[in-house]
Amino acid sequence: MNAIECDDVSIRYITGDFKSIGLKEYIMRRLTHNFHVQEFWADRHVTFTVEKGDMLGIIGSNGAGKSTLLKAVTGIMIPTGGTIKTNGRMAALLELASGFDAHMTVRENTYLRGAMLGYTKDFLDEKYDEIIAFAELEEFQEHMFKQLSSGMKSRLAFSVACLVNPDILILDEVLSVGDGAFRKKSGDKMMQILNSGTTGVLVSHSIGQIRELCNKVLWLDHGNQIAFSDDVQLYCDAYDQFLMTKELPQNEDDVRKLADGFLIRQQEQRKKNEEKETQRLEKIIEEGHSDAAINAAIRVLQKGRPEALADQYR
Amino acid sequence: MLSKTIERFNFNMKKNAFLFQQLINRDFQQRYKRTVLGMAWSVLSPLFQLLVMMVVFSRLFGRNVDHYVIYLFAGNITWSYYSESTNNGMSSLMNNAGVLSKINVPKYLFLLSQNVSALINYGLTIIIFFVFCIVDGIKFTPAMFMLWYPVAWLVIMNVGIGMVLSALYVFFRDIQYLYRIFLTLLNYLSAIFYTLDHFPAAMQRLYLLNPLYVNIKYWRTVVIDGVVPSLGFHALIAFYALLFLGLGCFFYKKYNHRFVYYF
Repeated sequence: MNAIECDDVSIRYITGDFKSIGLKEYIMRRLTHNFHVQEFWADRHVTFTVEKGDMLGIIGSNGAGKSTLLKAVTGIMIPTGGTIKTNGRMAALLELASGFDAHMTVRENTYLRGAMLGYTKDFLDEKYDEIIAFAELEEFQEHMFKQLSSGMKSRLAFSVACLVNPDILILDEVLSVGDGAFRKKSGDKMMQILNSGTTGVLVSHSIGQIRELCNKVLWLDHGNQIAFSDDVQLYCDAYDQFLMTKELPQNEDDVRKLADGFLIRQQEQRKKNEEKETQRLEKIIEEGHSDAAINAAIRVLQKGRPEALADQYR
Repeated sequence: MLSKTIERFNFNMKKNAFLFQQLINRDFQQRYKRTVLGMAWSVLSPLFQLLVMMVVFSRLFGRNVDHYVIYLFAGNITWSYYSESTNNGMSSLMNNAGVLSKINVPKYLFLLSQNVSALINYGLTIIIFFVFCIVDGIKFTPAMFMLWYPVAWLVIMNVGIGMVLSALYVFFRDIQYLYRIFLTLLNYLSAIFYTLDHFPAAMQRLYLLNPLYVNIKYWRTVVIDGVVPSLGFHALIAFYALLFLGLGCFFYKKYNHRFVYYF
């Protein structure tokens, strides 16, 4: 059974006059036929399926519609067109640090947030200490939430949200919460959940992360679906090249071309690096004022590449 | 279709009972716990209001009215509850926009919890009201047991109106100011501090178009006159409440899914 089925999903925002003007102005403009709205399609005809145990990576530059798509997947938004079906208990780690109550204590906020995420009271009673310990907020339990630093707030948000064992885990750039130590800890926690066979959807600007974790990739650009494929390496190569050239691929050949371009670029990069290294070493040897440097170089060559020396000094 | 909706509502309420309890807890704390006066303020505030009105209006309107203080008080607590409950209901969604755009929770819970805390406040002022009744020498009659009726329907009506307003507020931010003006108007049209006795009969009937006035009149008839109003009067109260609840549900059902786009 598929964990997520996303069929021809489109999401439209209405922008322009509507939100900011208020009722009085709305009526006046309606009366004077001066009322204009613009449509903005955050996502257009996006189709993909995620099977159980899959890890889907969503790539695309800013404003590609990634976060909006995730909102639709989690059920917060109902798409303007198309359907989304999900199977299983879902935990979504969107940017969660907002929405806490500044005038309540850490403890109260933990319970409130837990309740919003659908936990039961018993479950929270049992896990409360664990949550606080994970967020490293033991000393702050009775402090007002507004007294916490923003890093602490994110830590609490993360801890409350990830202490379930969901069937589907949705991550939107959350692997970068808190300071270095906590980032490592939260990353480990995520890996632990994902390795236990959980289905995952990951939005990340780090292509390395996508390559490492995902077995499927969805590429969005300005709301349009560029590709959905399980050839993660190929499409990550192509996407990487796209970031340089800004040329969107029209078909699979283009993707290959982009990927090839990426490989060539990578090779060139490697060659350049080698050259740089050679220059650096040369400089060291040249600048060695005594014979010691030269002797060291010759000795290394004798040991590692005797044939190179033999060629040179035949 | 209706039974299905109710069934789903029941199911959701059971599932979200814990969340609902937490939300009520939060609203309650926001209101009382962080202040020195705490709960006392919600009692003192209507008392002060009443005091001011008494000083200002007793000479003007109250000379020929029996139990003018009770007359005034009955109108005032009902109106206070109505305005508080609908005002808080209106902003309940926008105030929680941060949560609602990140977590998939039933939105009406936020509205209902606001209504519950306003209702608790109303309950407190009703107790004070009865203390005043004793002081003022009101005769306690069995008719008073019927007072649950206007209260229950007012709660339902407030929920309905809260639904409409909170939905509108998501789309139009200036509703807040417009509604405040409307509330002032409603206050004057609800005959809170004056009587209708010297108005022509046709004019008096027009007042029945105001649901709040109808509700207040029920209270006065029971408490001051000691009789239960007619059956038709009961029907009218129920009609208004159901009308607004229906309207609220309609608005909610229709625009519920679009709220997130406008937060």
